[in-house]
Amino acid sequence: MFKRNLIKIVIGVSLIESGVNLFLITLGYVKGGVAPIYTNAPGTNMVLPTPQALTLTSIVIGLATTALMLSFVVLIYRHYNSIDAKNVRRLKG
Amino acid sequence: MNFLLTHAPILIIALPLLGAFLTPLISRVHPKVRNIFVLIILMLTGFLTILLTRDVLSNGIRVYVLGAASSTLTTPTGYIMPVRIILETDALSVLMAMISVSLAFIAALYSWKFMENRTGLDKYYTLLLLLLAGMLGMELTGDMFNLFVFLEITSISGCALVAFYTDRGESAEAAFKYMVIGTVAALFVLFAVALLYGEYNALNIGYLASRIQYSFIDKIALVLLIGAFAMKAGSVPMHMWKPDAYGEAPSSVAIMLVASSLASLYALLRVCFTLYGDVLNTVVVGWVIIILGILSIFVGVTMALVQNKFARLIGYTAVAEVGYMMLGVGVGLASIANGSIADYGLKAIQGGLFHVMNDALDLGLLFLVAGAVFYSTGKSDLNRLGGLAHNMKYTTIFFIIGLAAVSGLPPMNGFASKLMIYETAYQLNPILSIIAILASILMLAVFVKVFHSAFLGPRLKEYENVKEVPRSMLIAMGILAVFIIIFGLFPDTVINTIVEPAANALIDYQGYINKILGLGGV
Repeated sequence: MFKRNLIKIVIGVSLIESGVNLFLITLGYVKGGVAPIYTNAPGTNMVLPTPQALTLTSIVIGLATTALMLSFVVLIYRHYNSIDAKNVRRLKG
Repeated sequence: MNFLLTHAPILIIALPLLGAFLTPLISRVHPKVRNIFVLIILMLTGFLTILLTRDVLSNGIRVYVLGAASSTLTTPTGYIMPVRIILETDALSVLMAMISVSLAFIAALYSWKFMENRTGLDKYYTLLLLLLAGMLGMELTGDMFNLFVFLEITSISGCALVAFYTDRGESAEAAFKYMVIGTVAALFVLFAVALLYGEYNALNIGYLASRIQYSFIDKIALVLLIGAFAMKAGSVPMHMWKPDAYGEAPSSVAIMLVASSLASLYALLRVCFTLYGDVLNTVVVGWVIIILGILSIFVGVTMALVQNKFARLIGYTAVAEVGYMMLGVGVGLASIANGSIADYGLKAIQGGLFHVMNDALDLGLLFLVAGAVFYSTGKSDLNRLGGLAHNMKYTTIFFIIGLAAVSGLPPMNGFASKLMIYETAYQLNPILSIIAILASILMLAVFVKVFHSAFLGPRLKEYENVKEVPRSMLIAMGILAVFIIIFGLFPDTVINTIVEPAANALIDYQGYINKILGLGGV
């Protein structure tokens, strides 16, 4: 996030996103649990299914945001001929 | 009618969502058919919202459970907590939903002529409806994770709309900034949701509110949530995206963005008052919000003074206006626990919420005027505009109304709500209201400067053939102006019918919890 290259900023944002996703997944872990498929349950503990559903949703949303941000970078490059945040500063004050 | 009312909460979200994806198909037929289709969708949504509002105001909170046998079955037999996705609407939600729908309607009406000669309009209308669906979802949901999902929908569609003028680099730059801020804010929200889920194993706001402990983890989650929603609402120190995005977006989009930042403010209130209603240290959090509000007011107004681009200037005043709302609500939060001035606290919250409505109207009108000037002259640089009052009489009148309203002059609506905020802030600490009043005077100075440089003065040669804007744009501005004057002349009626129930609903977190858990006499 502190880089000047816009693509690196996008990478930074998607890193934050992966971090949050990993955190969500680990929340649902139950020691010795198996995949939460109800019809096939062997009677042992299952890991919590909700965080997995949340993570799936958040991955899809993350894809959309990353794609949109990269397309903005493409647009910026076309107009400014640079993706250095130092040069992309027509809006200020 | 009863069927419609039962399913109104989900229909209000689903209708614009469905309409959004039908729009590209329908625009194959004819652009005019598409415009009419969008307006009809918005009218239907508005009708449902009014239906729901009337019901909520007379019968109290209404819940809607998705996928359950009966739409009010929050906790099925054998479960001790709500398991399904639940929409919960109280008086505050419907107030915000009304604001969003009416601004969207006005934006669509205005775009009919304003955007006429642009390409890619089918996508434009799709995104407009999608943005509306996201905002309504944020306002009606009773579930933390859905709040995150709808927040992302608003920020994605909002960003894409900011970059609508793809032939200009500046719009892409503004959109990129907005997108980075929006995404990071949304990830903060997701992280906070994960923390809360890990601790209480639930996502429902009402259920979480009944269990919340105010432990260390809860405090982290609270800070993340307040930070994220303040970012999206555009308060200082996270305000820099706001003038950029508002300045570069088409005016009709700018008023939608105003509505979406108000939706984020709603989420902030929901978190502070309902989710943490039971345990919150109201004085500390109240003062944090007050300080953010005062900073926003001050920075917004002073930065607006030096701007010379019309829409960007209004963007900075939008920062200040958010500051006024946060000041009102923060004062309410800080003084509500304090027995001697608790009544003033309630009044302050009412003032803040009333100002939310007024801000949507005032800023909406000013953005539309800025758009009208841009439409007629093709310029937005204030130093090169002048003498427009000769040719654009109606627009000038609308600008004067907007100017008086936003700087809080009687008899406009801005005066009524700002007075409530000043009076109550004075009870907590006189300095707060002094700063707020001074900033309001500066705001007047800002707009008098604009008025002078854009509308007054001799007829300039290059603007000799400037024409008044087409009728659809005038009607859109006229509706807003009429509401501004009505709200200004009869503030008591407005406050008693809709603002006061909303403020009471905001404070009554116990009612919200009971409704979801099926407790108490509900």
